[in-house]
Amino acid sequence: MSLEFLVASAIAVLVAGGIYLALRGRTFQVVLGLTLLSYAVNLFLFAVGRLIVDRPPLYAKDVVEHADPLPQALVLTAIVITFGMTALTVILGLRSFLETGSDQVDGEPDPVREDAA
Amino acid sequence: MTLLDHLPVAPIVIPALVAPVTMLVMRRRRIFSVILSLGGAVAMLAAACALFGLAQDDTIRSYALGAWAAPFGIVLVVDQLAATMLVLAAVLALVVLGHAVVTGADRKGWHFHPLFHFQLLGLNGAFLTGDLFNLFVFFEVLLIASYGLMLHGQGALRLKAGVAYVVVNIVGSALFLIALGLLYGLTSTLNMADLAVRITGLGPADQGLLRIAGLLLMTVFALKAAVVPIHLWMPRTYAATMPVVAALFAIMTKVGVYAMIRTVPLIFGAQAGAAAWVPAPYLLPAAMLGAMLGFVGVLVARGMREQAAYAVLASTGTLLMAVAIWREATLAAALYYLVQATLAGAALFLVADVTMRRRGQYADAIVPSARFAGQDATGLLYLIAAVAAVGLPPLAGFVGKLLILDASFAVPGWAAIWATILGSTLIGVIGFSRSGSTLFWKAAPPGTDAVAAPARSRADFIAPLTLLVLLAVLAVAAGWVTAQTRATARQVMAPDRYIAAVLGGAR
Repeated sequence: MSLEFLVASAIAVLVAGGIYLALRGRTFQVVLGLTLLSYAVNLFLFAVGRLIVDRPPLYAKDVVEHADPLPQALVLTAIVITFGMTALTVILGLRSFLETGSDQVDGEPDPVREDAA
Repeated sequence: MTLLDHLPVAPIVIPALVAPVTMLVMRRRRIFSVILSLGGAVAMLAAACALFGLAQDDTIRSYALGAWAAPFGIVLVVDQLAATMLVLAAVLALVVLGHAVVTGADRKGWHFHPLFHFQLLGLNGAFLTGDLFNLFVFFEVLLIASYGLMLHGQGALRLKAGVAYVVVNIVGSALFLIALGLLYGLTSTLNMADLAVRITGLGPADQGLLRIAGLLLMTVFALKAAVVPIHLWMPRTYAATMPVVAALFAIMTKVGVYAMIRTVPLIFGAQAGAAAWVPAPYLLPAAMLGAMLGFVGVLVARGMREQAAYAVLASTGTLLMAVAIWREATLAAALYYLVQATLAGAALFLVADVTMRRRGQYADAIVPSARFAGQDATGLLYLIAAVAAVGLPPLAGFVGKLLILDASFAVPGWAAIWATILGSTLIGVIGFSRSGSTLFWKAAPPGTDAVAAPARSRADFIAPLTLLVLLAVLAVAAGWVTAQTRATARQVMAPDRYIAAVLGGAR
C-alpha cells in the first residue's frame, strides 16, 4: 500500500466523519465535526506539496529533490486560525446553552426522546 | 521610494494600528477611543480617496509587501475596482461608526471600536490583496471580527443566530482551504496573476481537478455573498444582530461578489481550459432566484431588520444577474448597482434602528402601533430608503436597474433577465408599501398600550439621511459614475494588464 493511498484514505475518513458530525443537532457534536473537518483540510493542504519523504526543504548541498516548504507554512496558518475558531465555537455553544438552556444548534428546546421519557 | 509609494498599504495599516490602540484607551476614557476611532475612519477615507485619485490614470499599481518580488512575496494591487471598493467601504464605515457613537450602540459592550476596525482591516485587505491565500487570511480577519460585532449587545436570540453563523462560516473556510490546496497542487503558486498564467499551461489530465477547484472557490464566494441555495444563514443573522452592525454587514455580502469579479475574469477567464468562466452556467439562475426570493422575503417579513436583510439578499441577486453575464457592458452596470445597493441596504438598516428606538415595546415588528414621537419623520425616511432599495426613480437604485436592463438587452436570454428584474421589483414595491403603511399609517386597535419610549433627539437621523443624500448624489452624478464604472469594467475584463502590472518583467 502506497503512502499516498494511506494519506488519501485518512483524509477521506476524516472528512466523512466530520461531515456526519457537523450535521448533528447538538453543538458539542458539531464542534467535534468541525475539528475533524479541519484536521482533514490540514492534512490535505500538507499533502498538496506532494508527499516527499526524508528530503530537506529549500536547499541543501548535493541534494536535487526538495520538499515543498510552502504548504507547511500554509498549514501552520490554517491550524492557528482553526484553533482560535474552535475555541470560539466552544465558548459560543456554552454561552448559548447557559442562556437558552438548550444544547441544540438552532437553540430550540431539546426534543423529548421516547426512551428518556 | 517616497512615502507616496507606500500609500497602497495605508488602508490596511491604519485600522491595524487604530484597533489595538482604541482597545487600550477604552479602559481609561471612552471619549478618547471614540475620537481615535472616528479619526481612524476619516484617515482611512482620505487614504482610500487618494488611492482612488491615483487609480484614475488607468495604470494598475502593484505594491510588494516587504519588497519581496511578485510570485514569491505577497502583493497588494490597486486598480480601479479595488479603489472603488475601498472608497465605498470607507464611506459606509464612517457613516455607520458615526451613527453607532450618536446612538450609544458602541457602549453596549467593551470592544465595539476595536472589532469595528478589525472588520475594516479585513475588508480593505480583501479588496487590495493579489494573493489567494492572503485573501483567505483577510476573509478570516473580517469574519472573526464580524463574529464579535454580530454578538455585540448579546441576548439569547443573537447567540442562537450567532452559533449558526459561526458554524456555517467555519465550514465555508474549510472549503476555501480545499480549493486553495487544489489550485496550489496544480500550479504551485497562489499569486493570482501567476495563477492566471500557469493555468493556461495545464495538461488535459489536470482539467477535471482544475474545474473542481474553480467551482469550490466560487461556492465559497457564493456562500459569503449569500447566493440563493446557500443563503439561509443570512436573513437570520442580519435580523438578529444590532441594526447598526447589520448596516456595516451590508458590504460583507458584496465582498463575496467582489471576490468573484476579481478572480473569474483574471484566473478563470477564456484561457482557463475546462475551468473557463466556471461559475457562469449556475450563477445566472441562482441570481434570478435570489432576486425573486429576496423581494418575496421583503413582502412576508415580520420585522424591519428581517425585511432589510431580505432586501440585501434581493439586491445581491439583481447584482449577480448582471455580473454572471461576464461582459464588459453588464459588468459596468453591475458595479454602479453594487455601490448603490450597498448604501441602500445600509440605509434600510439604519432607518430600522431609528424607528426601533422610538417605538418602544413594538421594536421593529411590522404591526400597527400606537402613535409614537417622530412617526412622520421616520415614515418619510423609510419611504425614501424603500424607494432606494427597490429601485424606483428618482434615486440611484432606479438608474442602476435601468443600466442593468439596458446592458443585458444585448445578451441572448435577455427576456428572462428583464422579466425577473421587473417582476421582482413589483413584488418589492408591494412589500415595502404594505409594510410601510402598516408601520406608519395604520392606527393600532383602540385599547392598546401607549408607546413606552423616551423622547429622543433627532441627532440619529443624520446617518440615514447622509446615506440617502449620497444615493441622490449618485443618481445626479450618474454620468460621471458610469464613466468610472465603465473604465473599471474595461480594466477588469483585460486580465493581461493586471498580470503585466504584477509580474512585470518576470513573465
